[in-house]
Amino acid sequence: MLSSLPPFVLFFVGALAVAVTRGTLRKALVLAIPVIGGLNLWFGVEAGVHLQIELLGYTLTPYRADKLSLLFGYLFHVAAFLGFLYALHLGDGTPDGAVDGVDHTGGDRAGLQHVSAMLYAGSALGAVFAGDFITLFVFWELLAVTSAFLIWARASERSYATGFRYLIIHVVSGVLLLSGALMLAHETGSVAFEHIGLESGSPAGWLLLIAFGIKAGFPLAHNWITEAYPESTPTGTVFLSAFTTKVAVYALARGFAGAEPLIYIGTAMTFFPIFYAVLENDLRRVLGYSMINQIGFMVAGIGIGTGLAVNGAVAHAFADVIFKGLLFMSVGAVMTMTGRTKGTDLGGLYKTMPFTATLCIVGAMAISAFPLFSAFVTKSMIMVAAIEEHHYIVWAFMLFASAGVLEHAGIKIPFFAFFAHDSGIRAKEPPKNMLAAMSIGAVLCVLIGVFPSQFYSLLPMDAEYHPYDTTHVLTQLQLLCFGALGFITLMKSGVYPDEKRAVHIDAEILYRKLGPWIVRTTGSVVGRVDVYVRSSVMELVKSLLALTGRWHGSMGPLARSWPSGSMVLWVAILLAAYLLFYL
Amino acid sequence: MSHDHDHAVKEPIGWMDKPDFVKRLFLFFYVLCGLLIVAELVLGTETAHPHPMEERVRFFLYPLYGFASFWFLVLIAKPMRKLLIRSEDYYDAE
Repeated sequence: MLSSLPPFVLFFVGALAVAVTRGTLRKALVLAIPVIGGLNLWFGVEAGVHLQIELLGYTLTPYRADKLSLLFGYLFHVAAFLGFLYALHLGDGTPDGAVDGVDHTGGDRAGLQHVSAMLYAGSALGAVFAGDFITLFVFWELLAVTSAFLIWARASERSYATGFRYLIIHVVSGVLLLSGALMLAHETGSVAFEHIGLESGSPAGWLLLIAFGIKAGFPLAHNWITEAYPESTPTGTVFLSAFTTKVAVYALARGFAGAEPLIYIGTAMTFFPIFYAVLENDLRRVLGYSMINQIGFMVAGIGIGTGLAVNGAVAHAFADVIFKGLLFMSVGAVMTMTGRTKGTDLGGLYKTMPFTATLCIVGAMAISAFPLFSAFVTKSMIMVAAIEEHHYIVWAFMLFASAGVLEHAGIKIPFFAFFAHDSGIRAKEPPKNMLAAMSIGAVLCVLIGVFPSQFYSLLPMDAEYHPYDTTHVLTQLQLLCFGALGFITLMKSGVYPDEKRAVHIDAEILYRKLGPWIVRTTGSVVGRVDVYVRSSVMELVKSLLALTGRWHGSMGPLARSWPSGSMVLWVAILLAAYLLFYL
Repeated sequence: MSHDHDHAVKEPIGWMDKPDFVKRLFLFFYVLCGLLIVAELVLGTETAHPHPMEERVRFFLYPLYGFASFWFLVLIAKPMRKLLIRSEDYYDAE
């Protein structure tokens, strides 16, 4: 029976159950729901259309499964399980890292966090199994609303503002999605979500691409990632990093595989964030930039569009959720235990948090694509596909970006959090459930890296690829080790920039500073013009009134009451003048 | 290492506090880098995948690329910081 129900249903009903339960029962529920859902999907669901409804002359397909959606379905169940395991301690008292009594983990809002995370994971599942644009739109917006609560759960002034900006950006994406979908339906007569492409040149395609792109963090639309991730709770960010952007990658893979602009958009995304990642101080913001960089690889792969490239893109999305989740978890564990996430405040924690430090290093090695770790077997597919399609410059950029990944995620995150200068903080290891979630994540990073062929069998396209050959292993090790050597020389020579308590301007300035400034300035200019126009018109009216008053007022010459004698006199004068001219 | 006996908690000593160990670790890493260069000479560069540098000079491309990338990254990021840096409450002001 369960297999005929769309996967999101279990999560939505589960959210209701989580809302009305407390304590151990709630903990059991949040863990059981992703496990039951995942097992059902793995064993009970075959590819095909499982649910279809006729509505107002359109065919809606709320539940369509194929290899692509199933892969993301499995991924989201794994991510939800790891996320809930990581968040299981919420509500068990104030953590060690509460600074000045402020609990940054939102522990007293555990119920809210669990319910919104459950709805959020359900919405992501709803979106990837949606076979039509209307269903997709509904889940697209639900993703935005449910996840915003994970930012607000931090309950700081900054998180409220960030949450609202996040929500507005995602609602705009939803509106563009609906507009594009309606235009497409008008053109084709169908709302089915299949390949869209840009070949026809239809504006509907571009609208949908922008809608997907906003959620994927395309350049200029990327700052919601770097804004929201550092402002959520430690557990909330783990959920945020797993779902929204990966739903967008899924949508791009389904709708725009082979769309050439994506190659260049993706390459730009791999490139510019790594410079910001060098400079940023907040480690979760660094990971936000790292997220954009990793999605860049996926977007470029989708743009290249060959079987190998698309497989690489979705495989990398899968691997990314796990290793990026692991990195966010380890920084979140530090935040839970110390209340801090900034490079300037941290360091030396390896002494008292050795397990967390080790697990963080596993995540760092996975994202850096060391052999035997996950990104080595996923990212390389995209890079090989780029070469096969003769995109040599794109390949060179990606290789540079790969070195950049090692710098900010491979070295900087573990180095500044756990090593570097000793901050004097002597925090304990995080709760066991956090360590367990991180350990499972770490094991998965290694399993994917060591047994790629089993993982490849889940990929949607038919494309042969063997990641382990001498040259690939050797060249990758050379790139990474000599990159690390570069880091050592930069540190030893003092060239490497210090962490600074500062912000670095990015595209967000457009809507956080420039937009408000334009509104304010326009307002003040309009106000001034308004005052000028009003006062000049008033002056004009006043002078007209004065003029009228002078002539027509009680003493004005045209309104004065003249004596009849003077009238007779004037008549006599006029008659005399007339006679004079006439004669 | 702290010798302050008023401290209730014993100050932990990590391996990074032992200069000899750190020195050995660095030495190990330099040897590894050396071995990776030697490996290229010994193993050759036959590959199962197409490569842009195939049939052309590809000698030590990856080590150089990795090393240079890090320096390029930092040398660009530093002036970028001068241009883009603002105080921490930049967006909170007003």
